[in-house]
Amino acid sequence: MPEPSSAQNPGEAVGNAGAGGTMDLAATEAETLVPGRGGEPDPGDRPRSLWSDAWHDLRRNPVFVISALIIVFLVVIAIWPQSIASGNPLACDINKSQDGPAPGHPFGYDTQGCDVYTRTVHGARASITVGVCATAGAALLGGLLGALAGFFGGWWDALLSRISDVFFGIPIILGGLVFLSVVTSTTVWPVVGFIVLLGWPQIARIARGSVLTAKQNDYVLAARALGAGSTRILLRHILPNAVAPVIVVATIALGTYISLEATLSFLGVGLRPPTVSWGIDISSASTQIRDAPHMLLWPAGALSVTVLAFIMLGDAVRDALDPKLR
Amino acid sequence: MSHPTPAPQVDGSPPPSHEPVLEVRGLVKHFPLTQGIVFRRQIGAVKAVDGVDFRLHRGETLGIVGESGCGKSTVARLLMNLERPTAGQVLYKGEDITRLSGRALKAVRRNIQMVFQDPYTSLNPRMTVGDIIGEPFEIHPEVAPKGDRARRVRELLDVVGLSPEYINRYPHQFSGGQRQRIGIARGLALNPEIIICDEPVSALDVSVQAQVINLMERLQAEFGLAYLFIAHDLSVVRHISDRVAVMYLGRVVELGDDREIYEHATHPYTQALLSAVPVPDPAARADRDRIILTGDVPSPAAVPSGCRFRTRCFKARDRCAREEPLLTVPEPFRDRSTPAGHPSACLFAAERGTGEGNGASST
Repeated sequence: MPEPSSAQNPGEAVGNAGAGGTMDLAATEAETLVPGRGGEPDPGDRPRSLWSDAWHDLRRNPVFVISALIIVFLVVIAIWPQSIASGNPLACDINKSQDGPAPGHPFGYDTQGCDVYTRTVHGARASITVGVCATAGAALLGGLLGALAGFFGGWWDALLSRISDVFFGIPIILGGLVFLSVVTSTTVWPVVGFIVLLGWPQIARIARGSVLTAKQNDYVLAARALGAGSTRILLRHILPNAVAPVIVVATIALGTYISLEATLSFLGVGLRPPTVSWGIDISSASTQIRDAPHMLLWPAGALSVTVLAFIMLGDAVRDALDPKLR
Repeated sequence: MSHPTPAPQVDGSPPPSHEPVLEVRGLVKHFPLTQGIVFRRQIGAVKAVDGVDFRLHRGETLGIVGESGCGKSTVARLLMNLERPTAGQVLYKGEDITRLSGRALKAVRRNIQMVFQDPYTSLNPRMTVGDIIGEPFEIHPEVAPKGDRARRVRELLDVVGLSPEYINRYPHQFSGGQRQRIGIARGLALNPEIIICDEPVSALDVSVQAQVINLMERLQAEFGLAYLFIAHDLSVVRHISDRVAVMYLGRVVELGDDREIYEHATHPYTQALLSAVPVPDPAARADRDRIILTGDVPSPAAVPSGCRFRTRCFKARDRCAREEPLLTVPEPFRDRSTPAGHPSACLFAAERGTGEGNGASST
């Protein structure tokens, strides 16, 4: 862990994306005008922004550090599953069907006699790809459209709200059967696309609501009175004040999306063999839970840890963006 | 910080310059009332501001007083061009700013700034004080070169009586009075000529009110600012204003300098307002002759015919329902030079206690 005071160093301030950048740059130059401070960084001296303060906070927040480490670990095994599980997840021996743990096979075997450990490690890629990409897609699309609807209002809002109503009306399972059964691709992308398509209206509604709330505040009026344009108002005033509920809903949705992929796979329209995913394994194991609970335990545990890590991360980010909680 | 205009006199006498820096002509703002979702039709209008005229001179403070809902804040928003007026003009140095947009509007905004009523919602809770006060410079980069901005922000904090060390704090770490100072610093950042203050001290403790008012007076003397000071507290307005406009239901009903309004009011509404001001001396309270107005302010969607105040006026007669009084110097005072000879929109304008036109039965 770095020293708390190192947030004051210029490289870091400049490294902050977006809004903070310009002020920080100004500060770096202004610093030279203030003599006699020596090497002691004075917290009152260098202008900071919400984002640099948030980052400074996050790095010292154990919840953030732990969840970030878990996510980094999951991403690494999703990219290089061979690094910790060198076996072939599709090499199965039906003679060992539903056997318990054995040397070299710590999690036991599933119904097909495949190694549960190898399948769990190799399943991370598909599940995390679906979860992260679908959440990112739905959050970006829904967040953007919802924020614009809330901000600009009028016919744009009416149009968007009606469109999202249409998508809300589509039953997920039925929609999945219809849309995905015509797809022949064996990649995860059709599933991701489908989940984004049905998932964005939920985020859009949340985003629209919180933008509408933030828009009422006098500081938005004050910015307008200063001559600020819509882009500046949205990015600097409304977004930071409206993003918290979206983060919460999106991180919870991530878990839902991974299980949705499992449901679709179970119905035969989601990911198809030979793709390995937690969802496929969970749904096939769930019928055998009384005979061989270990089959369900490991992929479901991996899924739970992943979802928990993302929810904790979202929570930590949300708290860091609220100065009142510091 | 330097300002192009010389500091004006702030000793209570009218400022020397008589060229208006801001002139409002026939300002009207009606908010439409609509019915139906698909086929909208207008079924009426809330007449928030219904024909307001006044001038604001350089370095002067014009107070606007009136009850809640009389259109004071709408006037402020119209002057800031945050709303488009239904009719009328707002002339800044002869240029109608209500027709401006884009770059030209942005340029005018440099010269007209605003201080908001509620210091708790007018500062973005997720921006540092440095970012809040520095934002005007980001929007108008020509005002201060980049390297100079942090210094300017510290200077502004110093000007409003806050420690420059507070630059990295967030609004919730400040008290109401300090937040209002931050709001004032933001308003000052662009060296404006006019500051529109929408009830700037109404949300503050009385002791803090005085500090903020004194700060504003000091800044006016220092930078030659013209204030449009909106409030409902008559004593605060008297303290700071050179001239006072009294508003009722979207119109200015009486306009004059502070002595004319506070000591020689001729409009019954102003008289009623003044009689409601609390008297700090318990002994003097008994002698007070209060005018108790009955009823509520009529809905601005259904304004009474003739004089708007007649439904609550103790002087109302039949003529008031038929004739609409104009904001001019009333007939009886027109030829005499008396402090009562200032614009007052009443058909029976008279000072209290004098017999003239005061024969109506009181309610």
